[in-house]
Amino acid sequence: MAVHKRSYHAYAGELTPRWSRFLIVSRYASQSAFLSKPLTAYFVLCFFYPLGCALALYMNHSERLLAMFHTSSFFAVDAKFFFHFLSVQGSLAFILTALVGPGLVSPDLANNALPLYLCRPFSRAEYVLGKMFVLLALLSLVTWVPGGTLFLIQSSLAGASWMWTNFWMAGSIFLGSAIEILVFSLLALALSAWIKRKLAAGAALLAIFFFGAGFGEAVNAVLRTKYGFLMNLAKLIATVEDQLFRQLMRGVSAGSAWAALLAICAFCLLLLERKVRAYEVVRG
Amino acid sequence: MAPVIELDGLGVTLGGRKILEDLRCTLSGRAIGLLGPNGAGKSTLINTLLGFYPAARGTARVLGCDIRTERKQIRDLAGYMPESECFIANLTAVSFVRLMAELSGLPSDAALERAHEALFYVGLGEARYRLLGTYSLGMKQLAKLAQAIAHGPRLLILDEPTNGLDPPARQRMIRLIREMRDSRNLHILLCSHLLRDVEETCEEVLILKNGHQVHYANLEEERKANQRFLELETLGGDGAFAEAVERLDCECAIAGRRLKMVLGQDFAIRDLYRLAEEHGVQIRRLNYRRDSLEDIFLKAMENHNGRP
Repeated sequence: MAVHKRSYHAYAGELTPRWSRFLIVSRYASQSAFLSKPLTAYFVLCFFYPLGCALALYMNHSERLLAMFHTSSFFAVDAKFFFHFLSVQGSLAFILTALVGPGLVSPDLANNALPLYLCRPFSRAEYVLGKMFVLLALLSLVTWVPGGTLFLIQSSLAGASWMWTNFWMAGSIFLGSAIEILVFSLLALALSAWIKRKLAAGAALLAIFFFGAGFGEAVNAVLRTKYGFLMNLAKLIATVEDQLFRQLMRGVSAGSAWAALLAICAFCLLLLERKVRAYEVVRG
Repeated sequence: MAPVIELDGLGVTLGGRKILEDLRCTLSGRAIGLLGPNGAGKSTLINTLLGFYPAARGTARVLGCDIRTERKQIRDLAGYMPESECFIANLTAVSFVRLMAELSGLPSDAALERAHEALFYVGLGEARYRLLGTYSLGMKQLAKLAQAIAHGPRLLILDEPTNGLDPPARQRMIRLIREMRDSRNLHILLCSHLLRDVEETCEEVLILKNGHQVHYANLEEERKANQRFLELETLGGDGAFAEAVERLDCECAIAGRRLKMVLGQDFAIRDLYRLAEEHGVQIRRLNYRRDSLEDIFLKAMENHNGRP
C-alpha cells in the first residue's frame, strides 16, 4: 500500500459502472445496521417460523408419522397456509423495518452528509435506492424468499401436479411480499428523512401503524362506515393479501385498499423528494 | 490556458429571492479565489456549479461542461469540501474516505488505497482508524479535505476550508492547498471571506457582493503592476540626490528623508544605487509597496456601493 506517497497525485485507474454504485451505499448501510447485536439476533429469530413451517411440511408428508397417527395429513397445505405464513412473516418484517429503517437516512441528515454523497456522480434517486435496497434485501429474506422456498419444498414433496395446480400461490407469495416490502420501506425511509432522530423515527413508524389502526376503528364506530380501514395500514395490506390468496374479503374492497396503498407509496416518495437534497432552500 | 470556469450571465433565484445576478467571467487560473462578505453568494455559486441549485438565467461551464446539461460529468471531475460540518456517523475516517472514493467510481481496493494515501497526505494518518464522531473540528476539516481529493479530481472546490481552525491548523491547511496547487495536477476553487486565505493561495480572484460580481483580479498581474511603487528612506547627502532621482524614469514625492516614487517602465533599481553612491547617500530602507488584496477588496466594495 502506497501510504508513503505523501504528495497529491491524480487517479488514473479504471472506474466501476455507474449503475452499480447505489449498491455501495447499501453495503455500508447494512454493515452499519448489523453492528447492533440485538438487530442481528432479531434477524435470526425471523427465520424460526419458516424453519418450523418447513419441518411441518416434511412431517405432513412423512409416511411413518402419518401412519403412526392414522391420518392422511396433519393439515392442508393450501392458500390459507401460505396466507397465514405471510401474515406472520409480514409482522416480523414490520418490526425489522422499525429497527433498521429509521437509521438509514436520519443520521445522514443530522450530520449534513448529503452534500458529500450528492457532489459525486451519484443522484438523489440512487441514494434513496441504495438506502432502500437494504430494506428490500432484508425484508425479502424474511418474506418471499422463505415463502417461495416453502412452496418449492411442498412442491417437491407433493409432486408436480400439486405445483402446477397451485402455481398461482407462488405469484401471490411474491406479490403480497412485494407490496409489504414496498410500503414498509418507503414509509420507513420517508419518516427517517423527516425525523432526524433515529428513535423518534422508529416510534413514528410504530405510531402510524398502531394509532392508524385505532383511529380507523374509531372512525368506523363513530361514523358507522367501513372507510376508516383506509387509515389502518395492517388492514389495507391484509385486504390486498386476502385478494391475492383468494380468501374471504374483510372491510373495504380490494380496489380501495390497492388505491390507498399506492397513495401512501406516492406520498412517501414525495416526502423523500422534498427532503433528500444536498441543501434545503429556505423560502421567504 | 483552457478556462476552468466560465460564467455566462449566470443568475440564481432561490425561494423567490435573486441570490446571484448576471455573473459573467472566465476564470482559468490554477487557484481561483471566490471572495466576498458573508451573504455575497459565494457558496450559492459553488452549489450552482455543482448542480445543487438550478440556474434561473444564463449558464456556466466547469472545465468545459455545461452545468445545465452535463451535471454528472462535472461531478466526475470535481472534488468538493463543504463549508458546514458534515460526516457520516459510525464510520472511521478511512471507511468514510473509502466510501466517498467508491461513490466517485473507484473500485473497492483502489478506494481503500487512495483513502489511506489521502488521509496520510492531509496529516490524519495516525488517526485514520478513529470514528469521525470523535474528531476535533480541525480534524474533521482535514477529513473533509481527504474525501474531496481521494478520487483525484481535476477541480477541487473548497468552501471556507479554514473555518474554525486554530492558527497552526490554518497554516497546515493553507500549506496543503498551496502544495496541491503547485502539483499542477488539479485546479482549485477556493471560497472564503478571509482575505489572507485567498491572498496566500490564489492567482485569480472573483469578488462578489450581494450576488453581483464587483471585481475580477488576476493577483499575479496586479502584484507585478503594483511593484512600481517604491518607498525610500535615506540618510546623508543633500537635495541633489532627490533631484537626480527625479531625472530617472519616475515620479517622485519628497518628504524630508523619505521619497515616494512611482516607477516608470524603464526604471532600473541599479540606477538608484548608483546615484546614492555618487551622492554619498545611505539607503536605510527600500520598500516596494503594492496593493494588498485587502486594498483591492476594499476598493471593489467602495466602487460597488452605489449599486443595489
